[in-house]
Amino acid sequence: MRLTIRILLILLIIAVLSVPFVPHLIYPVFVMKTLCFVLFACAFNLLLGHTGILSFGHAAFFGSGAYITGYFVKYAGFPTDLGLLTGALAAAALGTLFGLLAIRRSGIYLAMITLAMAQLVYFFYLQAPFTGAEDGLQQIPRGTFLGFLDLRSDRTLFYVVAGIVAAGLWLIWRIVHSPFGAVLRAIREHEPRAISLGYPVARYKVMVFTLSAGLSGLAGSLKAIIFQLAALNDAHWHMSGEVILMTLLGGMNTVLGPAAGAVLVSAMTHYFDPFGAWVTVVIGVVFMACVMMFREGIVGKLSKILAPGLREDPPREPAAERPAPTDQ
Amino acid sequence: MDIFGVPIQAMMGQLMLGIVNGSFYAVLSLGLAIIFGVLKIVNFAHGAFFMLGAFVAFLSGRYLGLDYWAALFLAPLIVACIGMAFEYLFLRRLYGLDPIYGLLLTFSLVLVLEGGFRVAFGSSGQPYPTPEALRGTINLGFMILPIYRAFVVVAAVTMCLATWYMIERTRLGSSLRAATERPDLTQAFGINVPLLVTLTYGGGVGLAAFAGVLAAPIFHVNPSMGSNLVIIIFAVVVIGGLGSIVGAIVTGLALGIVEGFTRVFYSEFSSTVVFLVMVAVLLLRPAGLFGRTEG
Amino acid sequence: MRIRTTPITATAAGLMLGLGCATTSWADNGFSDDVVRIGVLTDMSGIYTDLSGEAAVEAVRMAVEDFGGEVHGVPIEVIFADHRNRPDVGASRAREWYDNDGVDMINDLSNSGVANAVAAVAKERRRHAIVNSSSTVGITNDYCSPYATHYTYDAHSLAHGTGASIVEEGGTSWFFLTVDFAFGHGLEEAVSNVVRDAGGQVVGAARHPLDTTDFSSYALQAQASGAEIIGIASTGADAINAINALAEFGVTPSQQPAALLLWFDDVHALGLDTAQGLLLTNAFYWDANDGTREFSERFYERTGRMPNMAHAGNYSSTMHYLNAVEAAGTDDPDAVSEKMRELEINDFFAQGGYIRPNGRMVHDQYMWEVKTPDESEYEYDYMRLVRTISGEDAFQPLEDSTCYLLDE
Repeated sequence: MRLTIRILLILLIIAVLSVPFVPHLIYPVFVMKTLCFVLFACAFNLLLGHTGILSFGHAAFFGSGAYITGYFVKYAGFPTDLGLLTGALAAAALGTLFGLLAIRRSGIYLAMITLAMAQLVYFFYLQAPFTGAEDGLQQIPRGTFLGFLDLRSDRTLFYVVAGIVAAGLWLIWRIVHSPFGAVLRAIREHEPRAISLGYPVARYKVMVFTLSAGLSGLAGSLKAIIFQLAALNDAHWHMSGEVILMTLLGGMNTVLGPAAGAVLVSAMTHYFDPFGAWVTVVIGVVFMACVMMFREGIVGKLSKILAPGLREDPPREPAAERPAPTDQ
Repeated sequence: MDIFGVPIQAMMGQLMLGIVNGSFYAVLSLGLAIIFGVLKIVNFAHGAFFMLGAFVAFLSGRYLGLDYWAALFLAPLIVACIGMAFEYLFLRRLYGLDPIYGLLLTFSLVLVLEGGFRVAFGSSGQPYPTPEALRGTINLGFMILPIYRAFVVVAAVTMCLATWYMIERTRLGSSLRAATERPDLTQAFGINVPLLVTLTYGGGVGLAAFAGVLAAPIFHVNPSMGSNLVIIIFAVVVIGGLGSIVGAIVTGLALGIVEGFTRVFYSEFSSTVVFLVMVAVLLLRPAGLFGRTEG
Repeated sequence: MRIRTTPITATAAGLMLGLGCATTSWADNGFSDDVVRIGVLTDMSGIYTDLSGEAAVEAVRMAVEDFGGEVHGVPIEVIFADHRNRPDVGASRAREWYDNDGVDMINDLSNSGVANAVAAVAKERRRHAIVNSSSTVGITNDYCSPYATHYTYDAHSLAHGTGASIVEEGGTSWFFLTVDFAFGHGLEEAVSNVVRDAGGQVVGAARHPLDTTDFSSYALQAQASGAEIIGIASTGADAINAINALAEFGVTPSQQPAALLLWFDDVHALGLDTAQGLLLTNAFYWDANDGTREFSERFYERTGRMPNMAHAGNYSSTMHYLNAVEAAGTDDPDAVSEKMRELEINDFFAQGGYIRPNGRMVHDQYMWEVKTPDESEYEYDYMRLVRTISGEDAFQPLEDSTCYLLDE
């Protein structure tokens, strides 16, 4: 059974890598954008799925990655690689700050603190002169990667983006399957027990906040380089909502679920244009159908069909284990 | 006499306007708080139901010839029925799951409602006349207040008090509170909890629709009129303390006032100030201003 | 991108990819892939749907039909997409259209973030983009190129239309209600300069966040300022709510509101009761003359709504583009660009209009006053012409433009 999945994965990787050769079948820039969202959703799921923390402020990290990278590449003349790194580090630093404050509460209160801080961050980007408000921070040069890869070529850029996203996903996979990840799961399943076992739970939470934010920021930075622009909607709370949506649609209890959700959402917004003015309604109905039919997400459902008995994570019944917030 | 360079008369005016806006927030956050209290989900469609209320008033005026007063009474009932149907057909199936799925479902409903109304009525919206009896202004000495705004405060505060009385002082209210605390035990006492939950959802969105009708003559009736409202309203509920009816009402009013003063001193920040307050409150008082402490 | 000029290399590249590379090869008759394709990139589902949306697509289709559906025997095709008011979505779609789908010209482009982003892509890919429904002056300054045209109006023409006209008529003290967005700040600054240059004064401003619903506080501030003119530097729902609040609090009519970007649809949405007496600058009004009425009635039959200036601009600019293609005998972007700037525009929308080297289409702008309900005699009879502002006065002087094309 594992073999089927492995083969599917390899086929998928080959398919992605051959995209630049079939631009008429599927447009490479669209795939690059989708890859950014894949990384974003998987990074977000480090918190939601793997640690059981709902953040409603991830747009702040995504947007910061985009704006900081854009600013340093455009105005400070940073090479692209260094710009990406700066963006990701800035987002990670912001994540540490969010984490330090937010983890003092839990459940819905934590979500609201992250939302509130993300709104403050959004306000900053709205006011800061370099962002150009609704006009966007435009014409960010793509530059070169590692000094010799000219990113102005869409194909080169494609492989660089694919490589970075793959590295990001690999890192997430490593985190989830490391002893660190095991502790995160322990926190998710039963926090008091994790504490009583002597784990510095607070420190773990801040660390996972930082990692998740940094990788989300990297996704935003990549998007800024691909489109050569950073815009306010990257930091808007709708983006925070969208990443939650992607993760849930794909399935938050799986490693690859958020990726599938990201692909689904980004494909819908791309291919549903013929619906014209009805597009919002159609997307809403699809989401409703997904929530009603695949509660464990698409990948969750799929892996049940493909490989009954195989699970990336032990199953859990959230409602039973998470008391309602008011009772906490 | 001046306060930070602003004449005291002007400050009184802003205070008055803050109370008017606050009464909208109070009605809206009250509805959201009740729904959250019983269903444990964040009703993301609250802003959309607010919009729906305004549109039902507008449509019933245009096609059925109903006047404002009829709409003020009927629109919340109609919207409550729509809400109950939604709860019964969809939302109900998600109980027992992580509350985040409820949030997702109600968010999808927002897309359907807002998108649908935009297709049907365009994005720029429709005018709704102020009822004849409430036109004109009154001079309060320190400001000119449109009569309709004064009416909004009275209507909203009355509605809040009525709702509070029903929950805290009637038999139905006590069953509701019991169902909030211990649904299983309440069911065992022979109370139909699922019905109670449906009614609660209907009541909550009915309140939103009531606010929508109140808003129709002053804020333009358009499909996105409620889209940014829900996070602000939910912030109000959280600041007030989840589960606290009084908290939602008082915080709603207070936010109106805080926002009003922000509009004078740092206007750009006025739609963000609520979040600053929320961070501060949650870090200092974990369960909100009126909530029971965590633990 | 350099490949495109030489058909052989382009074809070779296409073959190398193992695919019919339809986008970039020029056939013998001078037309890429034997079709002239126009893409309408607009807001189909968001807050600007009334300003452009599906009706914008229809306006472009009308132009194509009126043109005859083909140019030099080559068919003309219209496609559309929704940019969702997200610059990245818009830029991504524009790239795909230019690279993959053989789109020769993109029209409409509501939302200034999207318009700037697409103008940048158009420059890079060397294809045409015509901006009709957004106001950003970036199109003819920082993001300018031989391929980007800004057609209907821009922030400069709004400021110099409404602002200068009102000052000349004696409205010398101003208070602004400005949306806290680049668009609002730009407009406020431009009008303030006009007012000060003309000897007037700006007594204050209140900046409100986007999507503010309640303007009562600002109405009081405007009232307290005592200014003669209340400049409303916002658009859509914000402007509508602001105007409503000013009327509700009795600020109007003792102080005169001037809407710096109010659309025909906004007037319709406000209703004449509230909107009467408003001054606004629009490049087009359906009931201005026989030509506009003829177009508008046909448009109304197809879409069920009266056209606003962006719809009219979509039609007129598509027509102009097709005329340029016909005159050039090819859809090669450089040749068409040259012809577009060479040919004069004379239709119901513009008389003696011409396109400057930086892409700015210069034509007359009009200031209108909204009629009272009593003056309005039939449906959609909303506005009366107050004055005509010549294109030279309305648009940014060429010497102020930062467009790189002007340095040569």
